[in-house]
Amino acid sequence: MTPDSGQNFAPWSEDRVRAIIGAHASNGASLLPILTAIQNEFGHLPEEAIAIVAESLNLSRADVHGVATFYHDFRRAPPGRHMLKLCRAEACQSMGGEVLAQCAMRMLGHKFGETSGDGSVTLESVYCLGLCACAPAALFDGQPVGRLDEAKLQALLSEFRS
Amino acid sequence: MTRIFVARDAAAISVGADRVAIAVDREAKRVGRNIEIVRTGSRGLFWLEPLIEVEVGGRRVAYGPVAPSDVEGLFASGMLDGARHALALGIVDNIPWLGRQTRLTFARCGVIDPLSFADYRDLGGGRALERALSIGAGAVIEQVTKAGLRGRGGAGFPTGIKWRAVAEAPLGQKYIVCNADEGDSGTFADRMLMEGDPLQLFEAMAIAGMSVGASHGIIYCRSEYPHAIATMREAIAIARNERLLGARIADSQFDFDIELHVGAGSYVCGEETALLESIEGRRGQVRAKPPLPAHRGLFGRPTVINNVLTLAAVTTILTEGADAYHSLGFGRSRGTMPIQLGGNVKHSGLFEIPFGMTLGELIDEVGEGTASGRPVKAVQAGGPLGAYFPRSLFDTPYDYEAFAARDGLIGHGGLVVFDDTVDMAKQARFAMKFCAIESCGKCTPCRIGSTRGVETIDKIRSGEGVKENIALVEDLCNTMKFGSLCALGGFTPYPVMSALKHFREDFGPAPTRLQAAE
Repeated sequence: MTPDSGQNFAPWSEDRVRAIIGAHASNGASLLPILTAIQNEFGHLPEEAIAIVAESLNLSRADVHGVATFYHDFRRAPPGRHMLKLCRAEACQSMGGEVLAQCAMRMLGHKFGETSGDGSVTLESVYCLGLCACAPAALFDGQPVGRLDEAKLQALLSEFRS
Repeated sequence: MTRIFVARDAAAISVGADRVAIAVDREAKRVGRNIEIVRTGSRGLFWLEPLIEVEVGGRRVAYGPVAPSDVEGLFASGMLDGARHALALGIVDNIPWLGRQTRLTFARCGVIDPLSFADYRDLGGGRALERALSIGAGAVIEQVTKAGLRGRGGAGFPTGIKWRAVAEAPLGQKYIVCNADEGDSGTFADRMLMEGDPLQLFEAMAIAGMSVGASHGIIYCRSEYPHAIATMREAIAIARNERLLGARIADSQFDFDIELHVGAGSYVCGEETALLESIEGRRGQVRAKPPLPAHRGLFGRPTVINNVLTLAAVTTILTEGADAYHSLGFGRSRGTMPIQLGGNVKHSGLFEIPFGMTLGELIDEVGEGTASGRPVKAVQAGGPLGAYFPRSLFDTPYDYEAFAARDGLIGHGGLVVFDDTVDMAKQARFAMKFCAIESCGKCTPCRIGSTRGVETIDKIRSGEGVKENIALVEDLCNTMKFGSLCALGGFTPYPVMSALKHFREDFGPAPTRLQAAE
């Protein structure tokens, strides 16, 4: 798995996109793994990539756009250097998850689905990480964090924002 | 050499298992003790994670929950010899929470290194496939049918009937698809099994393949499970190496291999036909049934699509026998169910037992009430599409039919506990909101109904035409229940209607007591 953080994303390269498509198409893989691989490479799905994928797989741009916008994982803009995915589902709600979500917004100064002005942290909602027995939970740069509270969240964010 | 076991399960890691393993290693080096750290799946006693188990005289002594700062003290007081300590829990198998279970599917989970084929073999791995190969395809399907196994994903459809339909389909390309898109909040059994005993899942899929005549298997795992994905990738390579997968598996004439397909964040892809669409590279939009996937499934070919736990149960049925499996359970729910206790519960974790224990026993005796110490107000059973049960329904036995009779469902086995600070109108609103976020958009009752539901519940909560709007929500729920194409729109009414029915006092202008409690 590519860590869900923006530190190692490659700059745009049409050749890389074509290489990714080629590598997957030879395995007979479908659209989803290709889009996932492109996002893992560049941190998001650049508009140019959508056109190349459509052309290569003999699909319409509308088809590819339809898939890219259906799944929550796909981003159309680059994320911040760090990614906080906070669980907003019921098990985490029952352990104060919504109060924690408010804290996260206050600490970062922006809403869910947004990236802080200095490009440090993107905050996203996720609906269940399977960590319901250690709620409230989150994934920070792909690493699971459970039994979260305001102090732990503050420590986590200040460690990486400094 | 002393063997020490620390979980590598994502939930254990989320509370510090990696840091504890590092601390143990460092301390052993510092004091000059020769140890081997084995990273296992989790036993599922999550309130005790990070849990350390030390092998002493062939038995394992447990300590937990351990913080990295406890490690030095544990060594000093003789943890490596199983000595007493404030964190000592005694012989792990004697912990009542574990002793009370019937661990069949999860027998190896938390015990073995999930990536050690030798460990897997030593604890019975591979025996189910051996037996399947010796009794033949027809007899395997007969065993699965006779055992009374029903789909553990939530629908409860008899597995044997599904397999037979695919087996009887004309020869040609067929598929085994494992639904590992465990999206329900409050469920984590699939994740634990994929991280703790993935080889069992592969063995089960191979058995399904040889039984119905399919050589190709696909596991569709959600992207929210990066650790499960990483473990399975490694495990697939090991299984190929050991010829559990690949050409002529286990020296038979059957070929069977598995491909891991990772989702991209979509709850509705847990619905079997949306999942098939997603594998085919499209939007995860639900297909109308019929045709059933058993007749026209993946790429239009006959397809067995089963949940992780359903498939895994087949290995138990084959090693223990259909009769033994069938002898466990309650009513028409046979065998064991790995029940997952999550949310605001004191003893949270995975508890595998035969069907039939009451909801009250599970929450009050097994879970020991809330983590917050406040009274239990509601339990949501079966994920975001499951009903909220009040204490007055705690006598309901854990059984597909008994839950259905009380307008609920057991779903994938999740139980999420809420204390008395919960606002049930807010939870009803969330159910509608979640449906609106995750709706695939194909049918109107789900796509439009969920958004209208959110708006109408908002009116109720702000005190606007409460009585009329409650009637409107009830009417809307009926439309969604009977008019939706799949369970997302069709079952969203369960949490909404149960909240309305059992917690009517919460519907109206937001009560001030809740603001005080927060």
